[in-house]
Amino acid sequence: MGPARASRPRRVAASVALALAAAALTACGGDAGGPPTLTWYINPDNGGQAELAKKCTEESGGAYSIEVSILPNDADAQREQLVRRLAANDDSIDLMSLDPPFVPEFAEAGFLLDVPDEREAEFTEGIVQSAVQSATWKDELVGIPFWANTQLLWYHKSVAEEAGLDPASEPVTWSQIIEAAEQTGTTVAVQANRYEGYTVWINALIEGAGTSVIENPDAPVEELQYGLGSDAAGEAAAVIRQLVDAGVGGPALSTNGEEEARALFQGDSGGFMVNWPYVWQAWQGEVEGGTLDQSFLDDVGWTVYPRTVEGEESAPPFGGITLAMGAFTRYPEEAVEAAACITTPESQKEYMLFSGNPAAAAEVYDDPEVIEAFPMAPEIRESLEQAAPRPQTPYYGEVSASLQRTYHPPSAVDPESTPRRAQELIDGVLNKEVLL
Amino acid sequence: MSTLAKQPPHVEAESAQATRERRRMSDRARSEARLGWLLAGPAFAVMLLVTAYPILQAMYESLFDYRLTTPDERSFVGLRNYAVILTDQVWWRDFGVTALITFITVVVELVLGFALAMVMHRALTRMRPLIRTAILIPYAIITVVSAFAWQFAFAIDSGFVNTWFEWLPGVAPDTDWFGGFWSSIAVISLSEIWKTTPFISLLLLAGLAQVPEDMQEAAKVDGATAWQRLWKVTIPNMKAAIMVALLFRTLDAFRIFDNVFIMTGGAQGTETLSFLAYRQTIQRVEIGLGSAVSVLLFLSVIIISVVFIKGFRVDLSAARGER
Repeated sequence: MGPARASRPRRVAASVALALAAAALTACGGDAGGPPTLTWYINPDNGGQAELAKKCTEESGGAYSIEVSILPNDADAQREQLVRRLAANDDSIDLMSLDPPFVPEFAEAGFLLDVPDEREAEFTEGIVQSAVQSATWKDELVGIPFWANTQLLWYHKSVAEEAGLDPASEPVTWSQIIEAAEQTGTTVAVQANRYEGYTVWINALIEGAGTSVIENPDAPVEELQYGLGSDAAGEAAAVIRQLVDAGVGGPALSTNGEEEARALFQGDSGGFMVNWPYVWQAWQGEVEGGTLDQSFLDDVGWTVYPRTVEGEESAPPFGGITLAMGAFTRYPEEAVEAAACITTPESQKEYMLFSGNPAAAAEVYDDPEVIEAFPMAPEIRESLEQAAPRPQTPYYGEVSASLQRTYHPPSAVDPESTPRRAQELIDGVLNKEVLL
Repeated sequence: MSTLAKQPPHVEAESAQATRERRRMSDRARSEARLGWLLAGPAFAVMLLVTAYPILQAMYESLFDYRLTTPDERSFVGLRNYAVILTDQVWWRDFGVTALITFITVVVELVLGFALAMVMHRALTRMRPLIRTAILIPYAIITVVSAFAWQFAFAIDSGFVNTWFEWLPGVAPDTDWFGGFWSSIAVISLSEIWKTTPFISLLLLAGLAQVPEDMQEAAKVDGATAWQRLWKVTIPNMKAAIMVALLFRTLDAFRIFDNVFIMTGGAQGTETLSFLAYRQTIQRVEIGLGSAVSVLLFLSVIIISVVFIKGFRVDLSAARGER
């Protein structure tokens, strides 16, 4: 009995070891002869990118195969992991799904493989302008627009009507929706936790007021011009102040992210919300699952992002994913081919239908299938044309964290002093004179 | 080796037999020393490799202006990074926050842990093995996991705390725990206390077991109350265990990172020193500046240890002098 009892675990251990060794061997298999296996580092999604990887592997006819490797959940952590790996010249990164604000930093550090000049036209034609701009650094295309995200204004039709607003036919300002929420006892859900989403809001407000956090973001540090000192930046901060003073941000304004904002909007006090279009897909799922009433969905309206200043077009946030190729890849040619396959308008459409993430190619928005699944497709496209990127600087991480530090919590924002303090902090941080 | 060195000179003048004996002894001592090195050597080498090397590397890097994304522009700046840090109020604010969390958690844990240890030692001797295991469960949970659990419990959308404890003054259905400094510190400290009190109570239980039972008996016979026995017999006799537990926990608490990272992300002024080092090194990828923060954190920990160990020794001798 004794020996038999002892040998079973040992046998299990042996077979586990064998399985591990076999897995390790297969993982290396791609290197020795045979078609190369490309690794695509992706942001977590609902499996849409993995589907595309499978599709493109099949379409390559055996020229290469693509494997996905999932990065952490939030954008900052994704960047941290990619920067650390690429700084160590990691040659396992063939493709990566990169958040657009980080493109300049990666390009400047030499982490990205340049898109071959002769193929630039193929990757930029018919792509919305903001997406191309975000994939470009110093006039060089360093990534391929894959999908393009933007925020819309979502509202309860009943609430807007009660307040006498018609956002669908007439553009609204932040001031108007805040007053409407105050008047109807509802809320304006925004993202104001101390994280990247808050920078998205602050930047959209500042761009909407007609200025930029940094006006010449590709200049050397000592020559940077800041728009934060201007009256326009003060007007942008005044929106945050007004929202706080009106008390319509919900009970946990200073810790709200995208999902918390969505929950607030779905709740009893829901009135208005700015958020990415993924919420539509999410609601649809919940209605199908029976956790959300169809009547809620029928009452939801959407329109282009609210204006900071009356009479001036808004500058909706821009997001999405730029597909970039690692500078240290062992298979540069295959990586470009794979990237081309992943980003065709056809693939973008499939991805949009599968994951709910909007395409970067304009033609996708005219597709009947897309229009049927996304009734807000025309607004998304309009918003993408109007969208303004976050500061395109190699120091984006520091700029964003500085904004978050000075503007958080929202209740402490002072239109007079906060933008100026943000500018001083960014300047000090970029000159390495202060901690962050 | 040290016994050899300490041998008095008059040994030299002794008889031949004694010399032989001495040589035999020294041979033995030598081989024992060799065995000691063989046994401890690998561990020592590993310690050098995984502890001393990174520390020295960080000290070296801290003298440079070095950004991971622009390795070619790396330049020597001497102590400039240290000057930047020590003149920045952010460092001092984070130092204060870290000290505050350390103080709150260690004091509460010591009292709670002692109470738990007493319960295990006195009241529940038969169930002690079971309880000892049960009490260790929070300590065995990964800090990140426990931080998420506490965050979910207190969060306004997923939490149950607001509805369960509505009857408490200051708690309402829409209390935003992570929306203010003191409430955030309270939740962070609570989760820290929940998780590490078991550790301190087990160390204290070991100390309690060392208190001689006949002393307790004698005190009882002399008519000492339970309270008097606790203060006059139990605690003085387990001072060493208390100090060790305190030192370990203080060092541990001073390096707090996970709870703050998960729960507030440093918002509401809850950033700690480890978080500051993370922000400079990992987020900003300013390796030089971040290394300098880490070195300063390391020095703080060393100072705490020295203060404790010195204080500990003084206490011991004082206790001995009394007896």
